[in-house]
Amino acid sequence: MKEKTQVADINRSLYDFRYEEDENDFLESGITTEVIREISAEKGDPEWMTEFRLHSLEIYNKLKMPQWGPSIEGLDMDNIVTYIRPKKRMQTDWNDVPDDIKETFEKLGIPQAERESLAGVGAQYDSELVYHNVRKEVAESGVVYTDLESAMHDERYAEMIKSHFMKLVPPTDHKFAALHGAVWSGGSFVYVPKGVRLEIPLQSYFRLNARGAGQFEHTLIIVEDNAYLHFIEGCSAPKYYEASLHAGCVELYVGNNSTLRYSTIENWSKNMYNLNTKRATVGEGGKIEWVSGSFGSHVSYLYPMSILNGRGSRAEFTGITFAGEGQNLDTGAKMVHNAPDTSSYMNTRSISKSGGISTFRSSVVVNENAVGSKSSVSCESLMLDDISRSDTIPAMDIKTDKADIGHEARIGRISDEAVFYLMSRGLDENSAKALIVSGFAENVSKELPLEYAVEMNNLINIEMKGSIG
Amino acid sequence: MSELLKITELTSAAEEKEILHGISLTINEGETHVIMGPNGAGKSTLGSVVMGSPEYTVTGGKIFWRGEDITDETPDKRAKRGIFLSFQNPIEIPGITLSSFLRTAYEQVTGERIKLFDFKKKLKAAMEVLQMDAAYADRDLNVGFSGGEKKKAEILQLLVLKPQLAILDETDSGLDVDAVKTVSVGIKAYKEQTGGSLLIITHNTKILESLTVDRTHVIVDGRIAAEGDASLITGINESGFEKYLG
Repeated sequence: MKEKTQVADINRSLYDFRYEEDENDFLESGITTEVIREISAEKGDPEWMTEFRLHSLEIYNKLKMPQWGPSIEGLDMDNIVTYIRPKKRMQTDWNDVPDDIKETFEKLGIPQAERESLAGVGAQYDSELVYHNVRKEVAESGVVYTDLESAMHDERYAEMIKSHFMKLVPPTDHKFAALHGAVWSGGSFVYVPKGVRLEIPLQSYFRLNARGAGQFEHTLIIVEDNAYLHFIEGCSAPKYYEASLHAGCVELYVGNNSTLRYSTIENWSKNMYNLNTKRATVGEGGKIEWVSGSFGSHVSYLYPMSILNGRGSRAEFTGITFAGEGQNLDTGAKMVHNAPDTSSYMNTRSISKSGGISTFRSSVVVNENAVGSKSSVSCESLMLDDISRSDTIPAMDIKTDKADIGHEARIGRISDEAVFYLMSRGLDENSAKALIVSGFAENVSKELPLEYAVEMNNLINIEMKGSIG
Repeated sequence: MSELLKITELTSAAEEKEILHGISLTINEGETHVIMGPNGAGKSTLGSVVMGSPEYTVTGGKIFWRGEDITDETPDKRAKRGIFLSFQNPIEIPGITLSSFLRTAYEQVTGERIKLFDFKKKLKAAMEVLQMDAAYADRDLNVGFSGGEKKKAEILQLLVLKPQLAILDETDSGLDVDAVKTVSVGIKAYKEQTGGSLLIITHNTKILESLTVDRTHVIVDGRIAAEGDASLITGINESGFEKYLG
């Protein structure tokens, strides 16, 4: 299980042309304290942040690359600078964006202006108005929703950020968390005061590409007691970056008797190494609900963790992963029960196709004090052909016998009989398979707001028709 | 009467084993045909092969639809031409409701878009014919349906899709008396509403009571052992298949 998995090289010719024009811009390789100081100065960090970045860099230099998951040998860590600063003053042209990504935008029905922006090559797109409207409504409820960089400089939030930033995911966590701590850029800051229940979901969609953020973005959400928030990160449009590393970080603080619902659909371009870290801590009687769709990327490591610190706190994780040709997606979730009467529920689906590898990796830890806790893990995998792979690696560490733990895993193939049944009703083979897969993915799509569910279904249809990737 | 389906000298195999050893039959527009025969004779295989099941390979002979050779066509193309197969064991498809599936199928088969409102009206009318609880429309396709409910759902699809030829593969098997009655009403309604043709594979003659049978085919061991009009059914009811065996 722990041996390295070899993945066929993706066709890089689509992307390689970019390196030529930029070659002269990157003189240094490897990150140095100078590079970090430079980044920090450019961003106008407060002093503590500069120190934090430098400290993270030290940790980064000491830590080893992860050796237990899909191979990330294709990541050229000696040239890490090219990952960190590729877009700096880059004169990118829409014509340079690979055709498969353009096609996907078209099929998702995203307007041209947005496409250019989402692809990271356009200027701010025309949704400013929408964005401002959302902001106004949100602001009236006392909720803060802004980008992390400006919030750090706002004296109302500066202390709050300092005392929460990378406290849940410390730079010592793993090598890419350390890297994130050193080079993070962009992202969202959300603060929901006590007793505020925000009915409309907040969507990062409107801001993600405003400043080329997205590659090392940091999301920090603090929900105080007796509050409610639904936050939606990303969208189904593929994000194209020349640099093929994404190491974001999400930290969620859920107060007593509060609920935070965190929905995300990630669809990275297929040259991307996605090494993302997401973590939540939940107070007494509080609840974290994760809804997670993982599409795209070449390699993914993604296991959102819920730490149930308050008595009676709950966590739910609903996820779907779709691995196509040349993709090795290692996803799952982690649950830590740290208090009595806590409960966690994991329900995932994974799909692999055309040689894709999808691995479900879960971990449930129930500590001695977490008596009366419940945990249920259910994962189902669907393989669409004989050359694809699907693995399940559940881990459980239960330190009390006063807990109720359940686990169930199912791996199956798409049945010829079902395809024939649907085809006998007029659906062509691809549509029949897509319908079966959409149905299989319904546990996630039904948890999403309608427009996202529709986008996700479109995405599945596109992947099924094999016209991209 | 013009010719709808014509099968000539059809032989067919599953995993190298030949099941049909040369079947020929012709169904004209508006006709009702019945296929009878002992278990394992190849009756259901014939239905599946006409629909284009990938489980079977056609090793010889041809299938024509209105004079066109469709032997190598995929099932979806045959469905679009107007062939329908009611499955003996309908498949459960989780995550998609009966209603939204049937709407997709309707649009595929007719090649036309239909507004949700108009579709619901159509669906409701068909469900009433079959005395189906409206709640089934919003349940996942066949998931958790009882045997009888699954068969009703097949006939519901028949009523909504209105094909030119409906092949009913043991639609009456495993149903209680009341359910057989309801399904029969549905089949009769199809006949009245569309004037379509029927190919009914059955063990049971109850389902035929309200229909006028034009032709009966007895299949034994992958071959047609006897053919005749409706009176053949009465004979089989009285003395079984024994005289056709061996």
